[in-house]
This record gives sequence, C-alpha cells and structure tokens, in this order.
Amino acid sequence: MVETGGEVQLSIGASFRHGVHPPELKQLTAQVKIRRLPFPAEVVLPLSQHTGKPARPVVRPGNRVERGDLIAEADGWVSSPVHASASGTVTDIGLSPHPDGTFKPAIRIAVEPWSGQIPRPRLVPAWEALTPKELIEAIRGAGVVGLGGAAFPTHVKLSPPKEKPIDHVIVNGCECEPYLTTDHRSMVEYPERVHLGVRIMMRCLGVGRVVIGVERNKPDAIEALERTRPADLDVTVMPLTVKYPQGAEKMLISAVTGREVPSGKLPMDVGVLVQNAASVATIAEVFETGLPLIERIVTVTGLGVRRPSNLIVPVGTRLGDLLEACGGLTDDAREIVFGGPMMGASQADLDTPLTKGTTGVVVLAAHEVREQASYPCIHCGHCLDACPVFLNPQHLGKLAGVGRYDEMVAHHLNDCMLCGSCSYVCPSNIPLSQQFAAAKMALRQRKPAA
Amino acid sequence: MWNVVGSLVPILATATWFFGPSALLVTAGATLGAVVTEAAWGKPGAWRDGSAMITGILLGLCLPAGMPMWMAFVGGVFGIGFGKLLFGGLGQNVFNPALLGRAFLQAAFPVAITTWPAVEGVRWWSLRGPNLALPLMGNGIDAATMATPLGLMKFEHVTSPLASLAIGSEGGSLGETSAIVILICGGYLALRQYLNWRIPASILITVAALAGLLHLMDAARFPSAPFMLFSGGLLLGAVFMATDMVTSPVTNRGAWIFGIGIGLLVVLIRIWGGLPEGVMYAILIMNALVPSLNRLTQPKVFGAVRQKATA
Repeated sequence: MVETGGEVQLSIGASFRHGVHPPELKQLTAQVKIRRLPFPAEVVLPLSQHTGKPARPVVRPGNRVERGDLIAEADGWVSSPVHASASGTVTDIGLSPHPDGTFKPAIRIAVEPWSGQIPRPRLVPAWEALTPKELIEAIRGAGVVGLGGAAFPTHVKLSPPKEKPIDHVIVNGCECEPYLTTDHRSMVEYPERVHLGVRIMMRCLGVGRVVIGVERNKPDAIEALERTRPADLDVTVMPLTVKYPQGAEKMLISAVTGREVPSGKLPMDVGVLVQNAASVATIAEVFETGLPLIERIVTVTGLGVRRPSNLIVPVGTRLGDLLEACGGLTDDAREIVFGGPMMGASQADLDTPLTKGTTGVVVLAAHEVREQASYPCIHCGHCLDACPVFLNPQHLGKLAGVGRYDEMVAHHLNDCMLCGSCSYVCPSNIPLSQQFAAAKMALRQRKPAA
Repeated sequence: MWNVVGSLVPILATATWFFGPSALLVTAGATLGAVVTEAAWGKPGAWRDGSAMITGILLGLCLPAGMPMWMAFVGGVFGIGFGKLLFGGLGQNVFNPALLGRAFLQAAFPVAITTWPAVEGVRWWSLRGPNLALPLMGNGIDAATMATPLGLMKFEHVTSPLASLAIGSEGGSLGETSAIVILICGGYLALRQYLNWRIPASILITVAALAGLLHLMDAARFPSAPFMLFSGGLLLGAVFMATDMVTSPVTNRGAWIFGIGIGLLVVLIRIWGGLPEGVMYAILIMNALVPSLNRLTQPKVFGAVRQKATA
C-alpha cells in the first residue's frame, strides 16, 4: 500500500529530527526474489575489506584452495580474516582496483571450471552449547563484518569493554538509501535467520531485549519478521518513518531509544549496539552451515542495468562479471556506484571486486546524473535544515572552499557522517558532502606528519 | 530564481492594473539597469541566472509610478553595482541590492521618489508622471497626485479604510499597494521553500503586537495594528525584501531575531521617526547584523548537550 512512490506517508512512526526525502526508487528490485550468481571465472579478494588493519595472506600463488578455506588471517584484534569464496588456484597476490578508488593488495583466485564448489566437510558448531566467548571467537574466525557498508568487524562490536555494558541491541533494517533492497529482501526471504542471529547476539552480550527497526516502506519485511518471531524471544519489530538517513546509527538510536549518542562517541557509550539486518542473518548462517562469510546478498539495480536483480554473490566477484549476469548495461548507462546514490562511491573500473561491505551496485542512467555547474552559495539555509547532526554545512562548505580545514574541525567536521543530505538539498548544486570527504581525507593524511 | 521572478508577475500585473503603463515602464527601467550592470561587470553569464532580474523588478516595485525611467535605471545600476558586484557578486553581498538602490534614489531624487500618482480619476493608459523624461531634464507632464496612507496618517492624522489597503487602491509604490496579492505570492514562495516563512511571520507579528499595544494605550495618536500591517511597504518588504536569502540569516533562530528586529525598527521609524515609512531602513540595518546573527545562532550539534552534561 505504502510502497512504490512513497510520496504519501500519512502514518507517523518513530524518527529523528531533520533529514531529507529523496525518491526511493526501490520498486525495481523490491519484489525480485534473490537468486544465486553463477561462479565467475575469477574472484579477487582484497586484503582490506573491513575497517581496521588489512588481513595477512596465508597462501601463495600456485596454492589450490577450496571454497571456504582461510586465505588471509586477521592482523590484530580490529581486523578480520578473509576466506576463499570459490574453489580454485591462487594465481597472484598483488594490487587490484579497490572499491574505494585506489589500488590495494588482493588475492586472485582462478576459479576451477566445472567444480562442484563443495566446501570441505566441517564441523558445524552447535551454538546453544557455546559460551559467549566461544561464540564471539567463532564469529571472528568466520570473518564476519557489518554488511551495511562500513564493514566494521562484528566480533569487536560484540566485545564491549566492561565499563560500557550494552542494554539494547537494535537490528538496522531501515535501508534508507534509495534503490537498495539488500536488507529488505534478506528480511523478507530469511526472517528466521534474522531471528536466529538476534538470538546469538543476545547470548553474546547477555542482552534481554532487541528492537528491529524497519522503515514503513517495507511492510512485507515487517510482516515476515512478525510472522516468524519465536514466542520466547523478546524482539520488537518497530516501524520507522521513511526518511533519509534513518539507517544512520546515531539517527536510528535516537528514533528507537530516544538516546543521543554524544558527539565523538560510539553507540556503546549509550549502551546500544546496532547491527544491520543482513549482517545479523550472516551471523546465523555461520552457525547454520559452518561456512565463513564468503558470499553476500547484493542488489544490482538502476535504470542503467537491463535486468535489476537481488543476487547471492561470492565476495570478490568483479563488477564486470556481476553486470553481465544482470543482462549488461543499457545504452544510456552513465555511472556505476557501489552502495547507494546518496553515500556510495562511483566506480571507474569494471575489474573492481565486490567486497564484504558492498551493499549494492547502482547503475545510473544519463538522465539521472546531474552534470550541472555549481553556483555560489546564496545562504538559503536549506542545508542546515537537512543536516541530521545539526551542523552548519553552509559555513563548512565556505571553509572547505578555501582550504581552512582546521577551522572546519572547530565547526564539528568530525560529527559529519557524509550522509549527503546537504548536497542533496543544495539549490546551488554545491558538492558539500564531497568537499567534506576531501577535507577529512586531507586532515587524516596530515595527522601523522604533525 | 525563475520561480521567484514568476511569483513577482502577479504583483507587477496588479501594479499595472492600478498604475497603467507607467508601472511597466518604471519596472523595465530598473530591471534594465540591474541586468545591464550585471552583464557588464558581473561574472560572465551570471546575468542569466535571474537574480539581477529579481533585484531590478523588486526595485521597480518599490518606486512610485510617476518616476522617470532613467532614474529607475540609475537605481538598478547602483543597486547591482554597489550593492552586489562590489561585494563579489551573487551570495557575497551584505545589503539587499534592491533596497540599496532605492536608498540611493531616495537620497539623490527626494522629490521624484515621494511624488505619489493618484490611483483613481485618471485614464488607465495615461502616463502617471514624467516616465519618459530625458535624464537631468525638467518634468514634462503634470500628473494628478495623492498622498500615501502612511503620509496621511503621519502628517494629517487621517486613517485610510482597510478594505482599500487590502485591495490596493491607495497611493504608494507600485508593488506595495495590494496586500492580498503580496500575501498570496508570498504563500506560494514559502510553500516552495523559496523563502523562510519565519522572517515575514516574525516581522508581522512584532509590528502587529507593538502597534496593537500602542493603539490600546492611545487610540487617537497611534494607528491600529491592521492599518500598520497593510499600509506602506511593510508586506512587500517583509515578504520579498527581508527574505532575500543572501542577506538574511541561515539559521532559523537567527531568522526569528532578524524579523523581530525589523519589526521593532519599522514601528520605531514610522511612529517616532521623521519619515512616514521605515521598512527600507529597518531591513538595511538588520542586513548589517546578519553575519553576527549567524555566528550567534549556530545550531547545537547532535550529541553535544549530553556530552557537556556528563563531562
């Protein structure tokens, strides 16, 4: 009922202040069943697929690996191992295009043709019998990271310091980015997995209560989660207002609990852990199949792709192979974005592999890409009304334009999460969010020298 | 920008209804001055963005119908040249360029700018003054004139009927006469978010409250609140001049303070000042305070309150 255009939203749900309403455009894939991508001829697995230190390779070129084998181990606590997503031979460990736009070390595997891709026989841990510590260790060993984009290692989140106990787990099923339906389809097709993942997380943290926050534009996901909810589980499915960026951690926490994460602090500082819905389902999968995180659900969509799909894709599949499986590009395809159109990153190379954190691939058609010049700021103040963390993007933009980055920090640049709401509303077309990203990058690079 | 230009068309049409071809001539003179200046000295192509055109039309609308075209032209040149380009062009100016142009005309041609042609008793197509006079030459046409409601109020203590103020059949500048049309156009702009409704709202509320209070104290000396709201350039200024995005605060709290300040100054000048009307100076004075208002009313960052409480 509420779906499609999403313009008429009379029902009021929990939400946050400010934010924007970009067109949702999810109808391309919202009702498309998830299918499995055939194994490509080659997979490329970057060693850095997560927040934290890159993994250390444990294979050498020429080694034969089975699907699910460890190929790179975690380097330290805030790091995550990488596993082979297909059986084959390691051909090379070297630089490869990375979704962040740079070249980064990656392990290349030539996938065995005609292989059954059957993983080695393995023990599937019975999670009921494990202690929280063992559970977290198993999740760490499986290379589970957040699948919502930032790819923060899940085991780190599940091990908060003692002085910061978690009393609230929020499952993030908002998926407020336009176009993407990865979490949506996961919740509709695998609601039991979400609930099992919730159960395991509750065990890890000793938390009694969990809230699953879902935007109101996904009534079928809400219905599926309600229908499959086990009677003994204290899980609330909370419908939320459709507004961008509802799925941003701090916004979601404010909508669900009314708590405000202090500036510069983490959700755990207010006793909350947020995990995205697809990641929660992945935790369950680890204990269902015994397999590590080697594949994920990805939405390939946009008006520039012939057959928009929701796919189960081996991590490391190259962009070109993925697009081919979706019927290829249309004639007016113009730009390919990893992630959603608000926060995603444009890709320049069809050899770029999908990583654990790639939520979707959006191919924008020519008429969707604005190539207009930007005009001077006219101080309309619309960006101030859009910013969900109450910054003054207008002033920050002015400072960014003249390279006064240190002053930007004084104006709370670090609170900016680059959600893109300010750029979206700017009538002068000023690329504010992009300028802030550049400023952050410049400051990061400057720091070690100073 | 072009939406704002569009929203000025009904006001210009109303002005033409009351003042005939003179309304179009005066506005054309001011607009031409503004656009030509922007095209000559502005950034290449910047004159096409419509903002100079808005300045010109707005300047035209706050001039009397009998004004010679060349004077309006000079006002447009001054407004854009000194009010905008000197500061660095679009987005950089401190003062509203249209009002600055008008302030210049007020100083340069005090008689021409306070000669208010009559609305009734003239044929529609006749010129309401020496619109076509050559620069620096004497007046050619002797036209019927009348006083503005505020002038009548101030100097002769005569109050004009509210109905004619609302419709616009009273003396005054081109665009300031019809309250209803201004409110409709302003409502459209507010809905489309081309103006921050808080600015006109706070101006009008302040003026109404203050005038109402004074009227209660001494009804013979002070005019009523509705009269204050609907007369003179208050509505045109509150809706179209004060809301100029470049020269008004970016924060909503700043917008409230800005509007209240304008309201206070308008009442102050109208009642105790030497001039019958004070909207122009009130807005220009508050324009000067905008950078400070912006600095003082920075939004509170998400999560900042709690941090202070715990630290």
